[in-house]
Amino acid sequence: MKKMPKKTSKVTPEVVKEHGLSEQEYEIICDRLGRKPNITELGIFSVMWSEHCSYKSSRRHLKKMLTTGKRVIQGPGENAGVIDIDDGDAIIFKMESHNHPSYIEPYQGAATGVGGIMRDVFTMGARPIANLNALRFGDPSHPKTKTLLAGVVHGIGGYGNCVGVPTVGGETNFHRGYNDNILVNAMCVGLAKADKVFYSAAKGVGNPIFYVGSNTGRDGIHGATMASAEFDDDSEEKRPTVQVGDPFTEKLLIEACMELMATDAIIAIQDMGAAGLTSSSIEMADKGGVGVKLLLDKVPQRETGMTPYEMMLSESQERMLMVLKPGKEQIAIDIFNKWDLDVAEIGITTDTGHLVLHHKGKTVCDIPIAPLGDDAPNLDRPYSAPKNLDILENGSMHDPLTRGTDYNTVVTTLITSPDIASKRWIWEQYDRSVMGDTIDNSSSGGDAAIVRIHGTNKAVAITTDCTPRYVAADAFEGGKQAVAETWRNLSCTGAEPIAITDCLNFGNPERKDVMGQFVRAIEGINAACRALKYPVVSGNVSLYNETNGQAIPPTPCIGGVGLIKDLNRFSTIKGARAGDHLVLLGKTDGWLGSSLYAHLVLGHDRVDAPVYAPPPVDLTAEKAGGEYVRRLVRDRRVQAAHDLSDGGLALAAIEMAFASGFGFTLKHACDLPLYAWLFGEDQGRYLLAVDDNSLNPIISTARTLNIPAQKVGVIGGDRLVATGAFDLSLQDTHMQYENWLPAYMDA
Amino acid sequence: MQSAVIVFPASNCDRDAATALAKITGRKPLMVWHQETSLPPVDFVVIPGGFSYGDYLRSGAIAARSPILKDIIKKAETGLPVAGFCNGFQILTEAGLLPGALMRNKGLRFICRPQRLKIVNKDTMFTRAYKDTNEITIPIAHFDGNYFADRETLNKLRSSGRIVFKYLDNPNGSVNDIAGICNKAGNVLGMMPHPERAVDPLTGGTDGICLFKSVLEAIR
Repeated sequence: MKKMPKKTSKVTPEVVKEHGLSEQEYEIICDRLGRKPNITELGIFSVMWSEHCSYKSSRRHLKKMLTTGKRVIQGPGENAGVIDIDDGDAIIFKMESHNHPSYIEPYQGAATGVGGIMRDVFTMGARPIANLNALRFGDPSHPKTKTLLAGVVHGIGGYGNCVGVPTVGGETNFHRGYNDNILVNAMCVGLAKADKVFYSAAKGVGNPIFYVGSNTGRDGIHGATMASAEFDDDSEEKRPTVQVGDPFTEKLLIEACMELMATDAIIAIQDMGAAGLTSSSIEMADKGGVGVKLLLDKVPQRETGMTPYEMMLSESQERMLMVLKPGKEQIAIDIFNKWDLDVAEIGITTDTGHLVLHHKGKTVCDIPIAPLGDDAPNLDRPYSAPKNLDILENGSMHDPLTRGTDYNTVVTTLITSPDIASKRWIWEQYDRSVMGDTIDNSSSGGDAAIVRIHGTNKAVAITTDCTPRYVAADAFEGGKQAVAETWRNLSCTGAEPIAITDCLNFGNPERKDVMGQFVRAIEGINAACRALKYPVVSGNVSLYNETNGQAIPPTPCIGGVGLIKDLNRFSTIKGARAGDHLVLLGKTDGWLGSSLYAHLVLGHDRVDAPVYAPPPVDLTAEKAGGEYVRRLVRDRRVQAAHDLSDGGLALAAIEMAFASGFGFTLKHACDLPLYAWLFGEDQGRYLLAVDDNSLNPIISTARTLNIPAQKVGVIGGDRLVATGAFDLSLQDTHMQYENWLPAYMDA
Repeated sequence: MQSAVIVFPASNCDRDAATALAKITGRKPLMVWHQETSLPPVDFVVIPGGFSYGDYLRSGAIAARSPILKDIIKKAETGLPVAGFCNGFQILTEAGLLPGALMRNKGLRFICRPQRLKIVNKDTMFTRAYKDTNEITIPIAHFDGNYFADRETLNKLRSSGRIVFKYLDNPNGSVNDIAGICNKAGNVLGMMPHPERAVDPLTGGTDGICLFKSVLEAIR
């Protein structure tokens, strides 16, 4: 690893600027200190006030979100969100981005993203039980895409597989808008006892502060600042700021922390993530209302001659900070020694309200802690109003036949498109079955992963969703849709949707249009959360995903978690059998604007193409539909359930056929044009496979609930048929679906 | 039957193995820490999968030199049944209890999938309960599962019925499609697939159950 340039110890206006601080911000620092900061203090303010740590552009908007609910134990503000899943059990989960590092160094960037999110979860007392990841890459034809994809997948697998936590689900999109800014969003779900959740507040004075885990090196210095600036052509020179992961140490840390957490030795615990020792010590002190004194000479160091500045800003991985009860130190030391982990007492909590650092006999930092949080910039960035979008009217010019193609070709185009084609090449590199509780995972192509709560008859359903196509067209509707799709995916399994985590990936917030996307997306997410009583309990904001002024498509990725109370009553995409009927639930208007069909067949993804409104989400109908599907699943009325999303009815039916191994025949029986009926992406819809006995009761009950429901086809045979439209071999089409990604990677 | 599961730093299938053993034998296994120098009195030892010592140096190489292995080797040589799954197989080859080596998969990628296997020898203490079943599906999840041995060793393995499982569609490049082998005396088994993940119809099928039942029957 290249050595970091030696930091000058003098604070000049240039140095202030290099630290990403404005003149105004610098003045506030001088005012609060009553003097000029030294270089270490400046570095600390700089990372704490970076976009990444302070949420300065987003804070005022995030405050609007629904964050409470009857099952919420802990909402945003801790390392991760905590929800109640009955019987004294709690689920702790969060999704976080590691976009910038993954673009610069895909293997380590993605690996440490997985490591970081797992630490956020086990820090709170939860054993990680499932990982998911939401990935966005550039156009497949872009020269870097293949290498980035291979590196990221290898990194996610390399870390998660070693730690022994199953990677059970996720999503992958490709678009030229991510050519120079890929997105790697990692989600971790952990299981804890509801009365044994650990928090970061370092309450009490005179308590010892312990450091445990890997030694501190010079890696990752200023990672948080890197994540708070946009890229330019020289970004790859930032490789030295990417951290290096060691999943072996992570695994030992998990086991050692679990062992220590079973005792009563811990007052507060926090992992060292972004901004390392700085943010972990300050957050613990700030929440506990105490001061902190650290003796930096005692920090385990990997390199010689490290300065206080370097130690405080290092983002070396697999490190934890904890405040212990006095007298319990030996318990912790013995456990960490057993696991061969370095442990050191490096400080004490104080009543000064200050962060005081000692190094080589000198006080090298003495700053009040409160202003680091209270006075952090809270910007009201200007943003522009959204454009009015036209609605794409159906008309014969959208018919495949008048466009000189045919339905078989259209279906093949959609099914082999990068976003839709099988991601087997990716998920086969992830251990999905370790821990022995994975009931459904990526391999089924279904809606949500299902992971059993060990030793019980209940499970959690987990999904991640976002349709950047919709968000780019209309951030409000797109934000709503991302939440609603997770709700739908969980409902398909029969799970009660409980809460979400959000990972908000956007461009440079200093630009009005990007800020407008951000604000509108949050409003959309919030509207859906409130209507569905489906709160946000954790999340992460990733801004400045932008290179040379070109922002990514806005991508607010939502991770949803639900509870299956009884594993005798759940559903997947897999269970359809020959002779079953296909029932379509929800209103079908044949909405093609911003659909996959419009992008791939009508050419609406061209740079100069007009943008049409994406399908709106009717949240009242969404709620009723989801509740009805869950009721049907719990009453064991459905053999298989799948939500309709990209590619509409046609692709939903085909995905169900791939999962069951049976073909189908769809029969068009409405006034809509055939193509709009098959490929329209109206929201809030489900495709159910049901047997003879259930068919009529399901449709008649739906009518009494005002939920549109109709039989649209039957399951059986080895062909994929929509009468009057397409007729394809199940086996051949499945093979084409499977072949796209391996062929691309091997080419 | 009292069984034991050995736990190394970064073993990660130790709990899965323990769950399977408890379910099938009706008795919780003892969890034995790698620093122990002697095994408690047990009838069967499982060396579980995972990434012992982070796979540093070579998969299984460091674990094969840990204190507990000395006693396992000693007792295996006097007939104690020992099975190593995945990383456990790698450890057994590194420890010299089984011949050959596990190299990086041919495709240079980690592979996790349900894997069809042919039971080549049903006359072992690990396979006798399979009776009329010739083909089973057991999950694999490994990066270093490409079995290799020299021709002489392979001939010996084949002629003495020590090839226990073969892959039906070789996922990793293993020579002769070998998925699992046993030692000369037949009391030490190593295999890359994870039978402990195939003991529950909800999570990975049930084709692994008979492996544990076989040991149970053999010991009885």
